[in-house]
Parts: sequence; structure tokens; C-alpha cells
Amino acid sequence: MKEFLLIFRRDIRKEAQPSPEQMQASVKHWQDWIGGIAAQNKLARQPQRWSADARVVRPDNLVTDGPYAEIKEAIGGLLFIKANDFEEAGEIAKGCPILQWGGNVEIRMAISPEEADH
Amino acid sequence: MNGQELIPHLFRTEYRKLVSVLCSHFGIQHMETAEDIVSDTFLSASESWGMKGIPENPVAWLYTVAKNKTRTYLKRNKLFEQKLSPEIRYGSTQSEEPDPDFSERNIEDSQLAMIFAVCDPLVSSESQVALALNLLCGFGAQEIADAFLSNREVIYKRLNRAREKLKEAGIAIAPPTASEIDARLDNVLTTLYLLFSEGYYSVSQNTILRQELCAEAMRLVHLLSENTLTARPSIDALLALMCFHASRFEARSGQNGEIILYDDQDETRWDRELIDHGSYLLERSSTGTVLSKYHLEANIAYWHTHKQDSAEKWENILQLYNRLLQLEYSPMAALNRTYALSKANGKEEAIREAKKLDLDNNHFYFSLLGNLYTDVDNTKALEHFRRALELAHSGAERRLIERNIERLQNI
Repeated sequence: MKEFLLIFRRDIRKEAQPSPEQMQASVKHWQDWIGGIAAQNKLARQPQRWSADARVVRPDNLVTDGPYAEIKEAIGGLLFIKANDFEEAGEIAKGCPILQWGGNVEIRMAISPEEADH
Repeated sequence: MNGQELIPHLFRTEYRKLVSVLCSHFGIQHMETAEDIVSDTFLSASESWGMKGIPENPVAWLYTVAKNKTRTYLKRNKLFEQKLSPEIRYGSTQSEEPDPDFSERNIEDSQLAMIFAVCDPLVSSESQVALALNLLCGFGAQEIADAFLSNREVIYKRLNRAREKLKEAGIAIAPPTASEIDARLDNVLTTLYLLFSEGYYSVSQNTILRQELCAEAMRLVHLLSENTLTARPSIDALLALMCFHASRFEARSGQNGEIILYDDQDETRWDRELIDHGSYLLERSSTGTVLSKYHLEANIAYWHTHKQDSAEKWENILQLYNRLLQLEYSPMAALNRTYALSKANGKEEAIREAKKLDLDNNHFYFSLLGNLYTDVDNTKALEHFRRALELAHSGAERRLIERNIERLQNI
């Protein structure tokens, strides 16, 4: 088993935002999806929720409130899972509710120190 | 209560107190002496009460006799001069041979100290449960072996190893410090939870023994929850969980010891008093910032005290299992979650999710699949129940699966 990082990106433009009812249903979808991964004992770390609010630091000590003005996609969350390979991690990611909102999931594999040396 | 009922009852409630007080009096090195004096005290009780009748205050009688026996023992034994005297004399101005202190306060402190000594990290977790039963509940190696479905020799050796470790390390029997409580409480709760589960889920046919295990575990958790040093919301949650489970103890086994599943239970046989007490504790546990697995499990058990199926009930149970599994994975939680999923989101989704669980050597897994496929594809359901039957060991579980197979064959 290897560790994989799932990065959820979502469309942050106003017209793409879900209604309150959709948000409500979405909480259940997320919980059911993550619960399903946990039931397979494939969570690598306990899920952590992150604020929607953000700061971006740029050269010259320039700090701004989030990247929202310039981009249309932002990170919605992260999840660490266990899987044998990219294929299996991909299968798990296919259930991610963010896909229903036009978002996407980027998958990264953890590199152990030995692998990094080569 | 007559004498024949009273002594076993007092043995369950007072044995632990007497041993704890004497162990903290003598020190862990001499725990066998403490146990001998306590056993001897109960022996005297059964002899004397049988002849002279039950004393007015049986508990006080036990304490007085234990005190006297301690005095006699110390006088007779040179050990006192050689090893114990300096320790015992320390802090005492009245007498060179102070009596063990059976005040309410000291009884409680000593019990608490003993629980934390038994759960010292030096002792492996499987031995902790056995040692707790042995030292705190007065269970013999044979009784423990019966409860664990193990043999006497194995348990006997395990107990001896654990005792030797505690003695070698010279563990102090003293009320735990705040940092010891923080470091060891999880361990203590796990041990008490295992103790309870041993009684509740054991496949042993001895119902009385199993009920006693549960009652003992609940008494110990109660002790922790009422003590200002150790009281925590998670302990109330654990006790609530035990109350909810124990409320179904009578209803879940039939006249011949067969398992009666939740759906088939007669809810009028559930113990309302325990359910109410559990609800009270669960509410009391809803403070603080730590959401322990016991909170989640107690909430799940709470929803199960509502026999009536409802969308709200199963959605809540599903979400609680989702969170429980994120905190800590266990195969049983994974299986139960999948069952809740079938009730909340439908069988089709549950079957899909069940297939992802890698539990092919678990008969509960195949029973679950059998259940999920029932009325969806009965041929497949039968196949799964038959596979479950091949994997199940205990008689009661096998009969349960056979009943399911018969039911399906009659459709």
C-alpha cells in the first residue's frame, strides 16, 4: 500500500456556486464518500477541513486575500488515502462529490526517502 | 437476600475494595498476601454466617474481619519486621501497626490506584483484561479461561507473567497523578470496554458469567466517572454505551441460549431503566471539545433504543458510523456501516460498497452480503449464507445462519 494525496479543485466563479439545498445534500455525499473509504481502511490520515478563506504571499512581501481575482479554480480540500497504485487511487477518486460540481481531483503519490534518492 | 445469595453478591461488590485497600496497604510486592487475606475473610463469612446467621451490617463485618486477619498476619509474620515495618510506620504516629483503612475515601482511592496499576503500560493489553478480572473482580484462572474460550494454563501463565512484571517494577499503588491519568486513561477505558465486550459478545454459553463480566465493567467505569480526578465526558459516554447495550441483555438470547437478533427482539424485554440512565449519561457527556469514539458509539447505541425504523434513525446511524470509521477503523464498524448504508441509501449502493470491503475471511461479512442480497437475488443470498456457515465457529452463530438459509429456501 502506498499513500496518495487527493487534491480537490473547484470552480469558484459565482455562477458555479451550489444553492443552500445543494450544499446540504453535498455534506451527506462527502461524508458517505469518505466513510466508504474509511470502511475499506484506506484513509491514510484523519480528514481535515480547511477554511474557504485564504491568503496568498507573493514576492516583495505582498499579501493578498486569496487567489480569487485571477483564477477560476481553487483548492477545496485535501484527503490522504492508501492505495496500491495510481489506478486504484483513481477508482476511489471517481466517487468524489466535487466532480458533480464540475471540479476535479488531482492525485499525487507519496515518495519515500529511498525513492527520492534515486 | 439470604446468605446463599448474599455472599456471592458481596464477593462481587466487596472483593475488589478489600483487595485494593490491602494491596495499597502492603504494597504491590505482597499482593498475594492481600488476596489470601480477602479469600480467607470470605471463607470465614460463609462459615460464620451459616452458623450464626447474617450479621446486621455484613459489609462492616467483612472489613472488621479483614482488619483482624491483617493484624494477626502481621504479628505472626516476620515479614513485617523485615520489609513492611518502615513503610507502614511512615506517616503514622498512633501505632506501630496501623490497621488498613476501610474508610469510604480510602476504598475509592485504592480502587482507582489499582485500576491504573493494572493498566500500567508494562502489562500487555491482553493481559490487562485478564489481570483486571483476576485482581479487581476476583475471577479465577478457570473462570477467565471460560469467558475467553481459552484454557486455564494459558490464562494462568499470562496472569503470572503480568504479576511478576508489576512486582519487578515495584509499581506504587497510589492515586494516579494528573499526567498519569492523561497518559493512561485511554488504556484504562479500552481495558474496561474489552471487559464489557467479553461479557456481551462472548460466544460462551454461560449467561450468568457473561452478565457478571458486564456488570463488573460497568461498576468500574462508574467508579471512574464519579471520581473527580478521573471524570471525563468520554467516560460518561462509555458508560452510556454500556447501559444501552446491557438494556438488551435479556432480550437478545432465547430460552436455549440461541441468539435473538435485534429485529426479532421483544422490546418490552428491554430494560427501560438502563436506557433512561444511558440517555442521562449521554447528555451529560456532551460537553468539552473531545469527541471520542465512545461518544459516537454511544450515540449509535442510543438510536438503536428506538426499535421503529425511520429514515432519520438510519441516516443518523450511517453518519455516526462514517465519523467513527474516520476516527478508528475496525472490521465490525465497517460491516455495520454498510448495513446502515443499505437502510439509508438502499441495498444496491450497499452491495456495491460491501464488495470493496476486503473481509473475505470473516463470516459476518458473508452474512451481511446474504442479508443485502435477500429479496434482490436470493440465489446469491443463499451462496453467501452458505459461505458464512463454512467460516462460523460457534454453535449459536451457526444456528443463526442456518435459520437464514432455511428462511430463504422456503421462499
